[in-house]
Amino acid sequence: MSTTLETAPIPTPRALTTNPRTSDKIFRGVVTGFGMTALLILTLIGLFLSVRGIQTLHTQGFGFLTRYSWEVTQTDSGTTYNMGIGAMLLGTVMISIVALVVGVPLSIAMALFLTFYAPARIKTFLVSIVDLMAAFPSVLFGLWGFFVLMPMATYWAKLIFKYLHWIPAFNAPQYFFERSPFIAGLVLAIMIIPIVTSVAREVFAQTPLDRIQAAYALGSTKWGVIKAVVFPFGSSGVVGGAMLGLGRAFGETVAVYTVLNIVFKGNFHVLYGAGGNVASMIILKWGEATGDETTALLAAGFILFLLTLLVNLGANFIVRNTLKSGK
Amino acid sequence: MTTTANVIEVKPRKPWKATPTDRATTAFVLLMGLVIAAAAVKFTGLSGKLGFVFAFVIAATALEVFFSIRKYGRKALGDSIATSLIYVGATATFLPVASILLITLKNGVKGLRWNLFTTDMFNASFLDPIGNGGLLHALIGTLLLIVIAMILSVPMGIMTALYLTEIRGKGSNLIQFVVQAMSGVPSVVAGLFIFTSVILITPLKTSAAAGALALTILMIPTVTRTSQEVLLLVPGDLREAGLAMGATQWKTVATIVVPAARNGLITATILGVARIAGETAPLIFTIGGADKLNLNPFKDYQSALPFYVWKGLTLGTPESIQRSWSAILILLILVLALFTTARTLGGRRMK
Amino acid sequence: MTTENSSNENSAENQEGAEMTTETASSSLANISQAHNLGKRAPGTHVMGSGLEARGVHAWFGKHHALSNVSLDFSAGTVTALIGPSGCGKSTFIRTLNRMHEFIPSAAMAGEVLLDGKDVYAAGTDVTKIRLQIGMVFQKPNPFPSMTIGENVLSGLKLAQLKVDNKDDLLEECLVRAGLWKEVKDRLGAHAGGLSGGQQQRLCIARSLAVKPKVLLMDEPCSALDPGSTLRIEDTINELASSMTIIIVTHNMQQAARVSDYTAFFLSEGGPGQMIEVAPTNEIFSRPRDKRTENYVSGRFG
Repeated sequence: MSTTLETAPIPTPRALTTNPRTSDKIFRGVVTGFGMTALLILTLIGLFLSVRGIQTLHTQGFGFLTRYSWEVTQTDSGTTYNMGIGAMLLGTVMISIVALVVGVPLSIAMALFLTFYAPARIKTFLVSIVDLMAAFPSVLFGLWGFFVLMPMATYWAKLIFKYLHWIPAFNAPQYFFERSPFIAGLVLAIMIIPIVTSVAREVFAQTPLDRIQAAYALGSTKWGVIKAVVFPFGSSGVVGGAMLGLGRAFGETVAVYTVLNIVFKGNFHVLYGAGGNVASMIILKWGEATGDETTALLAAGFILFLLTLLVNLGANFIVRNTLKSGK
Repeated sequence: MTTTANVIEVKPRKPWKATPTDRATTAFVLLMGLVIAAAAVKFTGLSGKLGFVFAFVIAATALEVFFSIRKYGRKALGDSIATSLIYVGATATFLPVASILLITLKNGVKGLRWNLFTTDMFNASFLDPIGNGGLLHALIGTLLLIVIAMILSVPMGIMTALYLTEIRGKGSNLIQFVVQAMSGVPSVVAGLFIFTSVILITPLKTSAAAGALALTILMIPTVTRTSQEVLLLVPGDLREAGLAMGATQWKTVATIVVPAARNGLITATILGVARIAGETAPLIFTIGGADKLNLNPFKDYQSALPFYVWKGLTLGTPESIQRSWSAILILLILVLALFTTARTLGGRRMK
Repeated sequence: MTTENSSNENSAENQEGAEMTTETASSSLANISQAHNLGKRAPGTHVMGSGLEARGVHAWFGKHHALSNVSLDFSAGTVTALIGPSGCGKSTFIRTLNRMHEFIPSAAMAGEVLLDGKDVYAAGTDVTKIRLQIGMVFQKPNPFPSMTIGENVLSGLKLAQLKVDNKDDLLEECLVRAGLWKEVKDRLGAHAGGLSGGQQQRLCIARSLAVKPKVLLMDEPCSALDPGSTLRIEDTINELASSMTIIIVTHNMQQAARVSDYTAFFLSEGGPGQMIEVAPTNEIFSRPRDKRTENYVSGRFG
């Protein structure tokens, strides 16, 4: 028995081929075609905007990314441009940091509440509310942020300034706290809560039940279980969720535009009413822009596109890995 | 030991639920927190609503910690502080939503007039009192945008989802990656892209159709991802049953898979529409912003509800801002209606 | 009747003499029990550990009445095995003992569980203290993967915020008692995920021991393990039995016979699960009083 097995030639596996019918060939072709269109669109976005971006980098140099000024001057010999988005990039980062610092802990608290504390009915209700929040138009956040949040937040900013002005970031060159990166960051914090909360909730809910029970059986309190089991399991997923929120914060336009005083100056004081944001700057300058300036705005759009693309792909990678590890 | 011994009816209990004493303690903690906070605002340097909330949170947490430690000992410290913080955080997350809904309702209702739905702004100015002119043109504009974006993105999204779930070809990973990347495209970038790639170089100029193209880019990922989830819920043996009867894959998908997922696919569409209905930024580059009703989606400037809100907001007079609140209320009701429909359909699907 | 047929004890193919074979099987189980336990541990002879008593315990999941009127007295220093077919409520029962039952949202119960004479369900009881005194080992080994082997053993101290004078001694003591010390003493800093299934389960036992419970509940602790690991765990149980009260749920009647002093038989006859009979283990297997117990231990169903 064993000898025959040894001498018998090992057969090469047969390829399992089917010859699909014509209708299936058409079906597969059409569906594949549609699938590839998404790829085409994304490539085209990158292509069209990058062509303009390269044009701008050509005329403005790499200083376009770091320069704080945006000057278009009419002279006898024509129009000269001296444009840079340094202040806007700086502002975008600053606002996003505020949004993350405020929004992520709130989202984690909400996600923990929904997963481990809330009674079933309140949970269903709040989950709908959080999902609904994600569908609110961004112009609504702008309107509410300007008329409702800003008066309150200006007062908070003054309080922070009063007690913490010795920290450089909380200092201000002038006593002007309206329309600051801080307030824009608060509005964005609320806007990223739905996405961060829903990712965190999904990750927390995947925490293996046997580990949770093991911790309880050892006499742990609820918070002990969260610290010892839930956070170690879900932390990287929450980081991914926060990065998705960051992507949203980078790209948000209308809400930030409404509450932020956009100034082409490098301002590191988060409470002071002067800031920048790439996306909002594009619509600020769009109305009056012509020629090279329009091209420069498209270049700014391209850089924004690249930034959000990187952050989003990183975030998705992390979230998917965490969710997989739970299964 | 036998069942006959079990004569007395035993009532189920839940001894782990909060007892009346526990509830009384919680009520006491909250009440005392309010009293202490009020006293703090009255007699110390703390002032205003913020001071009150701050004092309340601190006082209530301290009381809660005190009672927990008295009952359970020192190890309750971390747990009771964390519990308080989680409740505070959840409330702080819920408050803005409540505030947004209530204030929109309060401010929006003030400006609601019948004429809003019957006239456009051709013979009126944003600076006029709200009785003049209306937003019929914006409403129609939004509907046109939604319809065109739907026509384009729903087949795209569902077909892409079918590619990912049914064909699962060599490109699946790549397409999955692309769909994720697309969902992160900022709306302002979508607007810029349509401006450079369509309005600048093709015969299609600033119009509802151009705006809808930009919205399509934002809608495709939502439709695709939701459809994909729904299609994955269709049991694999349904597909195999179809194929085993000798049906082609095309017939199986068309007659078994898609009908089984029908409600879910409608939900995907509605969620996609809810995603784009309130988008403003891409419209700034693509629809121009008309004041006159325009029924031709392929020609001339168009308006839309979010654009109308935007315009009122940037003009910044009390009258124009009143228009913004009323328009955003109408938009919000539209989004809410879409959302509730999606939920109801989606909920039914799960059962 | 017994000895000459004992070679047939596991022969399932011996179908023609069903009556004969099953009797043989059950009495040989009694033999195992005798060989292992009889006279080794008599109730009340050990003062360490403490007794646990269930009085008229019922359990519900929503409207579903899962367990009806179970009264059982677990004397200090004994091992009690709970046996019965799937769905008879034995797992539900031990989860009511350390109040893990209440994690199911729709769960409800009735009756009393007395630990040292005090009802663990009494109002104002600190449930975390109850679970400290009544440890639990689960079906599937569930060490904390983010912690090292050493941290896993001591995790209960951290979770319950207990202070210990000498952690290293405690660590060694627990691992020795769980029969794992020799295998892991050189890699206490390694992650627990690298251990085999059996080692992980013994690590979980060591983890339960570190908080010095009076009672240890084991919910089918060997059902996910290979026979070799199962035997090692059984040795561990026999070692531990002198110092604490152990209650073990098992599907494996040989295991019940090998490790327990008492055996309780649970059964659900369509309705809620009930305890049919409890007796010293060798009696349950040699001369059960109830016909249903006899049918079960002789392998006629389940």
